[in-house]
Amino acid sequence: MASISTEAADLSVQRVRHSRRRTPWGTVIILVVPFLIVYVAFLIYPTVRVFQLSFTNSDIAGIGSYVGVANYVKLWKDPIFWQSLWHTAYFIILTVVPNTLLGLAFGLIVVRQKKVVRSIVLVLLFMPFILPVSVVTQIYLWVLSAAYGIINFLLGTKINWFQDPNWAMPSVAFVTIWWTVGFNILLFIAGLEAIPKEYYEAASLDGAGGGFRVFRFITWPLVWPVTSLVFTLQLILQWKIFDQVYLLTNGGPFNRTIVVLMYMYQQAFTRYKGGYASTISIALFVIILITSLTQIRLLRSRGAA
Amino acid sequence: MTARRTITSAVTGFLSVAIGLIWVFPLYWAVNTAFTVEEKTAQIPPSWFPAPILIDAFAYVIKYTAIIRWYVNSVITSLAITGCVLLLTMMCGYALSQMKFRGRQFVYIAILAGFMIPAATNVVPLFMFMNTLGMVNSYWGIILPQLAAPIAVVIYKQFFDQMPLELSDAARMDGGTDLRILFRLFLPLNWGVTWALAIILFIGAWNNFFWPFIVIGKTPMMTITVGITQVQSWYGIAYPRQMASAVLAALPTAVLFVIFQRRVAQGVAITSGIK
Repeated sequence: MASISTEAADLSVQRVRHSRRRTPWGTVIILVVPFLIVYVAFLIYPTVRVFQLSFTNSDIAGIGSYVGVANYVKLWKDPIFWQSLWHTAYFIILTVVPNTLLGLAFGLIVVRQKKVVRSIVLVLLFMPFILPVSVVTQIYLWVLSAAYGIINFLLGTKINWFQDPNWAMPSVAFVTIWWTVGFNILLFIAGLEAIPKEYYEAASLDGAGGGFRVFRFITWPLVWPVTSLVFTLQLILQWKIFDQVYLLTNGGPFNRTIVVLMYMYQQAFTRYKGGYASTISIALFVIILITSLTQIRLLRSRGAA
Repeated sequence: MTARRTITSAVTGFLSVAIGLIWVFPLYWAVNTAFTVEEKTAQIPPSWFPAPILIDAFAYVIKYTAIIRWYVNSVITSLAITGCVLLLTMMCGYALSQMKFRGRQFVYIAILAGFMIPAATNVVPLFMFMNTLGMVNSYWGIILPQLAAPIAVVIYKQFFDQMPLELSDAARMDGGTDLRILFRLFLPLNWGVTWALAIILFIGAWNNFFWPFIVIGKTPMMTITVGITQVQSWYGIAYPRQMASAVLAALPTAVLFVIFQRRVAQGVAITSGIK
C-alpha cells in the first residue's frame, strides 16, 4: 500500500516538472524517429504484408493476385504441413523439458562450487552457446558421422544418426540441447543465488537433513519462477526451429524431420510460392502468438498472487 | 568434520570439472581433427591427439575458399549492426524515459508489442522488400532488418528510468540540452549495460544464420556463419578442412566470450528479462 502511494507521488512530481517545459519536438523527432523508421519498415510492415500476401498467389517477387482464402483451404488439406507441424511438436517435446531440467541440474552443480572451479565449470558448460549454429552442426556431422564418427566408435555402434528415420529427430534435439543449455544454466544460477541462505540454514537446524528433501521443499518451489521463464522462452524459441534441422538433416530422411519453418522456406525459396509460404508463416505466427500470450497471462497471474 | 567437508568439496569439484570437460569434448574433437591429416580421419581406432600437428587444413581453407572474404563480411555487418542498434535504441529509450511528449505511451506500447512478432515468419515479405530496394546480396540487405530490435529500446528505457530525477534536472538547469544529457551524462553512467548489450548484439549478429542465409545467394557476399556450410558441398566430405573452417568461424565469438565472460553473462540476464 505504502509503495503505491509513493509511486503516485513520484508520478505527480514528474507531471509538474514536465508541464513547466514545452515539448522540444525537434529533439524528440531526432531521438525517436530513426528507430521508428527501422522498426516500422523492417518489423511492422512485413508483419502486415505477410498477412496480405497469404491471400494471394504471389511468386517470390511479390507479383500475383488475390485468391481469397484458397491458400488457407489448401493449407488445411496439406498433409506435408500437418506432418511438419507434428515434427515441430515432436522436436519441442524432445528439447524443451529436458533442456530446462538439465539447465537446472547443471545450475545446481555450478552454484555449489568454489570460485575457480566454479568459473571453469561454467565456462565449459556455457561455451557451446556462443558458437554459431553452423559451427555446431559441422562439428556434429563429424562427431556423429556413421562410418568414422567418434561417438559410434565409443558406443560400438554403426548408427547413421542424422539419416536413420528413428534417430534423426532425437539426434537434432540432442545437438540443440548441447548447444543451448548454457543459456538456461545462466538463468538458473541467477535464480538459485536469489534464494536467501537463511532458508537453507533454517532447514539444516530443523534437521530437514537429506539433500533431496531440501531440494523438494525449498529449492524447487523458490526457483520455480525461473523454471517457468526458461520453459516458456524455450517453447517460443523452438517453434521457430529451422537452422539445425536444415543443416543436419535437410528435412530428411524422407521428410521425417521437416519442420514448419523449413516447409515455409521450401515453398518460398525453392518453389517460389510467396503467397502459400506466407499462409504457412501466418499459421506459425498464430501458434507463437498464442504461446506468448499464454506466457504473459501465466506471468501476470503469478505476479498478482 | 572440516576435513570431511574439504574432501567432499574436492571430490564434487573434480566431478563437476569432469562433467564440463565431457560436455566440451566435441569441441576438442573438432580441434583435434582440424590439425590432423585426412587419412587419419578414416582410421580405427582413431588417434586421440594430433601428432604431428599439421596446419594443412587451415592453409587449404584459407587459400581455396572465400573464408577471408566471409570473415570481412561478418566483421563489417556485425559491427555495423551492433553500433547502429546501440545508437538508435539508446536515443529512443532516452526519449521514452526522460521526455514527455504526446504519443509517448502509444510509441512505447507499439514497441512492446513488437516483442511478440517472430522475425522468422516475416522473411518472405522482407525478402521481397529487399528485392525491391535492390539490397539482396548486399551488406545493407544483411544489416537493415537486424536493426529492428525493440528489446534494446525497452532495456535502455528501464535503465534510464532508474536514474535519479535530480540528475537530469540539475543538468537542464545548467542549460544542458537532451542530446548533451544523453551522450555526456546518461551514456557514461550506463557504460556497463551498453557494453553488455554490445557484446550480446555482436555475438548475435555474428552467429545469425537464417536471415543472411535467405538474403545472400552469392558466395563472396556470405557471412562466415553461412559460408562455412559451403566448404562441405564444394569439396565433398573432407573433415579436417570442415573442422578447420569451423574453428576459424568460431574463434572471434569464443575469444570475446573468454575475455568478457562477466559481460556476456550480464547481457544474457538483461536481455532475457532476469537482470
